[in-house]
Amino acid sequence: MAVIVAGVAGLGLLLSDRRETYKAEAYGAGRVVVDRVVAPAANVLSTPADWARSLGNGIGDYFFAVSENRRLKLENARLRQWRDAAIALEDINSRYRALLGVKIDPPIPMVTARVVLDARGPFANTRLANAGEEKGVRVGQPVMSDAGLVGRVVGTGQGISRILLLTDVASHMPVLVDRTNARAILSGDGGPNPTLDYLRGIDPVRNGDRILSSGDGGVLPRGLPVGTAVKGLDGHWRVRLSADAVPIDLVRILLFKDFTDLAAQKALQAAKMPPLTDVPAPVASSSVLPPAITSKPAPAPVVAPVAVKPAAIKPSVAKPAPTKPIAPAPAPAKPVIKPSAAAAEPVR
Amino acid sequence: MTFQTSRQTAARSMDAWNWLAVPTLTCLMLTLLFALPIRVFGLVPPEPVFLMVPAFVWAVIRPSILPPIVLMVSGLLIDILWGAPLGLWGFSLLFGYAGVLASRSFASGQGQSMNWVWYAITCLIVELTAYLVTLIDVQAAPSIVGAFWQWAVTAALYPFAHQLIERFEDADVRFK
Repeated sequence: MAVIVAGVAGLGLLLSDRRETYKAEAYGAGRVVVDRVVAPAANVLSTPADWARSLGNGIGDYFFAVSENRRLKLENARLRQWRDAAIALEDINSRYRALLGVKIDPPIPMVTARVVLDARGPFANTRLANAGEEKGVRVGQPVMSDAGLVGRVVGTGQGISRILLLTDVASHMPVLVDRTNARAILSGDGGPNPTLDYLRGIDPVRNGDRILSSGDGGVLPRGLPVGTAVKGLDGHWRVRLSADAVPIDLVRILLFKDFTDLAAQKALQAAKMPPLTDVPAPVASSSVLPPAITSKPAPAPVVAPVAVKPAAIKPSVAKPAPTKPIAPAPAPAKPVIKPSAAAAEPVR
Repeated sequence: MTFQTSRQTAARSMDAWNWLAVPTLTCLMLTLLFALPIRVFGLVPPEPVFLMVPAFVWAVIRPSILPPIVLMVSGLLIDILWGAPLGLWGFSLLFGYAGVLASRSFASGQGQSMNWVWYAITCLIVELTAYLVTLIDVQAAPSIVGAFWQWAVTAALYPFAHQLIERFEDADVRFK
């Protein structure tokens, strides 16, 4: 009888649990309390292991200092070349941005945290980090190691945050193939190499292709390194995660906000809709433009700065400025389209 | 008089603290230790389900009303510790416990090797339950290889279960 009662209770808990959602309240107060109790204990318990690792690294550094020095000199020479190229590209890029009036994404602040617990079973791949709400960590924010994307935050509390890894069976992340710009969903299965699902197009991916976060849906920033594509033994395309190259004892939580959080929603809501009687009749000469652009009543110089702001793309189309409607000419509409396309370019 | 003394001693050794609390706390502590982010020569330690040991022993020796409740609660703690869906391990362990109870009449009293097989089959039931529950819950299939390794390392824990059986089998004369 006790088995049946306890089993029914467990089943009820299972049905009500939604740990992978983006809702902060889904994590639950019970989990936060236990995490807050366990995190300091785990921190203390893992300290001897950290000391041992530091000692091992110190001994290795002492004995391999000469070879390491040679390797670093070579790497430094290569990086100087990259630095020169980056300076030149940055210069050209800033000129283009100024010419086109592109507003790029703001820089993303980040918080460094230490991993104190590491679950790596087939049914749950999560980590507990020792930074939480007090540092601005929120549910949904991406987490990176030195080498690449690790996962995202699914729960926070005072001094703790739970990270759902890309390898967890409940993790689904929108990604893109850098070479072809093909989109896919990266789905974990509890193993070390998550699969690339919903790949579309002809020959969208090849062995060794770089996989980045696509930023689709606005949950993650675009362009975060995820890993490289490999063909699995089961025939599925999988990703060898960049984050696996280094031990994940320290992670960076990007305090990234969704586009809708960045936009000034009150200012957007304040703009009133013009009365329906003022809507101009369709103009035949604007048939070359997409319907969304042609329906804008405001002239191009007014629309352009709004359209290039990524956060304000949708509201600006839905709620035009209360100016007197003017039928748009085809020529000035081009700058409106290009900046909005350029605004979606990756920021690296 | 002598009979009364021995009976009191036996009953004391089967109290809830030694029989339920100590194995549960030991398993939770080991689970916590194995969940620390430690790498040994670049390799990560395995993640066995330590609670499988007392779950098996409690059902084999002395089934009662308390073990299922303890299993449920400690399963919930493991879910929180590992970040798994709440109820996953509590429910799966109870499924294994119920399986041992059902097979107890014809499987008990065998030798150590047969008990090991019985224990391994119970571990397989628990792992399969967790696999199916996850499959239905997130509508995605977990890695079979990962589940196999977890089953293998959990099944390898039978010597600890045997020790517990040896320790408590003769502790309470009322169950001889």
